[in-house]
Amino acid sequence: MEREILKIENLCFDYSDTSVLRDVNLSLHRGDFLGIIGANGAGKSTLIKIILKILPYDKGNITLFGDALAKFRDDYKIGYVSQKANSFNSGFPATVKEVVMANLYSRKKIDKANRETNREKMRAALEKVGMEGYENKLIGKLSGGQQQRVFIARALISEPELLLMDEPTVGVDAKSARQIMDIICDLNKRGMTIIMTNHDTPELVRVSNKLLIFCEHGNGEFVSRNNLTMQEINDIFAGRRSHHHA
Amino acid sequence: MLDIFQYDFMRRAFLAAAMIAVIAPCIGVPVVLKRLSSIGDATSHSALAGVAAGLVIGVNPILGALLFSVFAVMGIEGLRKAFGKYSEIAAVVVMSAGIALTAVLTRFIKDGSSNLSSFLFGSILGISDFEMCLTIGLGIVVIAVAIFLYKEMFFVAFDEEAAKIAGVSVKKINFALMLLTAITVSVASRIVGALMISSLLVIPVATAIMVAKSYKQTVWLSVAFAEISAMAGLYISYYFSLPSGGTIVLIGVCMLIIIMAATAKRRR
Repeated sequence: MEREILKIENLCFDYSDTSVLRDVNLSLHRGDFLGIIGANGAGKSTLIKIILKILPYDKGNITLFGDALAKFRDDYKIGYVSQKANSFNSGFPATVKEVVMANLYSRKKIDKANRETNREKMRAALEKVGMEGYENKLIGKLSGGQQQRVFIARALISEPELLLMDEPTVGVDAKSARQIMDIICDLNKRGMTIIMTNHDTPELVRVSNKLLIFCEHGNGEFVSRNNLTMQEINDIFAGRRSHHHA
Repeated sequence: MLDIFQYDFMRRAFLAAAMIAVIAPCIGVPVVLKRLSSIGDATSHSALAGVAAGLVIGVNPILGALLFSVFAVMGIEGLRKAFGKYSEIAAVVVMSAGIALTAVLTRFIKDGSSNLSSFLFGSILGISDFEMCLTIGLGIVVIAVAIFLYKEMFFVAFDEEAAKIAGVSVKKINFALMLLTAITVSVASRIVGALMISSLLVIPVATAIMVAKSYKQTVWLSVAFAEISAMAGLYISYYFSLPSGGTIVLIGVCMLIIIMAATAKRRR
């Protein structure tokens, strides 16, 4: 059987005295699209931050590409896109090229010496998100949707195998949000594993093949999207039924 | 016009000012873009306490300034973490401590406070050979580290969280930036003055941001604006017997106002 890209077993995380994550379990393989659903404060972003090693977790096991999370060092295999269009400092004097290429600046990552290869990667990443020709524009002068596509390109430049996205369409107009979702679905079709939270639950359910549903009064429920109706998903979300097949 | 360069002390002053005008904006760009401009002020006031301490115990004041500046930036980093969401308090606490310590130490300086005041507002006359070598040597170190860490400093200034996720050692980069700020402030305290060095960190960068079309251009333009201020400031201060630091900074402010006025329509 193909090796799991991400495996989480009995993950628990407490914030102060509040239990945020309880016994979260999930397993993802290459090409999976995991949609994380839950109310505000349910722990969706917390889970993403734990996978990204921004937050430490209390109990449980996480393995990434077969390595325990603490020992995982291949950062380039993971891409991350946050709600940047909302929080971005539009006065920062940086071009699209500088922003996208920044993701190559980790010493552990890609050979810094080969400038032309890096430029090619930058152009290819911008092409994937439909932003070719914008290299020399100031990032702050772009629309929210264009900025977010640039941030997706930044995540893609290191050619990640797993892409985590925390509400990537927040603060973006409807047309741009659709474009962004199309780009993400296209990446997924090409084999990239995606983990995503989104305020637009029906849209997230539509594009995902696996779901992690944070119920109102329970743990995160990991289910396969197949054969589940929206009503059944809502029932799990409301804690009215349980489903344990992923 | 060029008779100014027949004097050894003026040649030294121009060389030191040219070096400071390169290193101050190099460090100033990431500091300003990380919205940490107040750190320059806090560090320079602590540097002044180091100058006073040096004068009291008979150690070269620039070495005193360097030591106290390093303590100051470490203190700011520690306090920033301790205060969390109120992290801006850190710079104020360190600046207050620096001013208070300077006030107390002034009482113990043997030959009065005239020597100290040359560090407050800068003096082109007082640069010794040792201080000249120290300024050039430390300046080269700052430039070398700033070039070596240029890309990482950009990434951390632009998006600290993304840089961390990408594998950049954010803590080390922030520490390096703080250390370079401390060195820059201390070596510049003699010629520009401890009270005005933070202006040289911030004003050329503020001017460059008005017209730059990229991060790289911001760095180059900041250096260019700082060099113009420093060279013109020294020249004017010599011929009109004005304090060098104040003249340098005022020319920088004038350039900022002119650029702001010239680009006002475009920025609207």
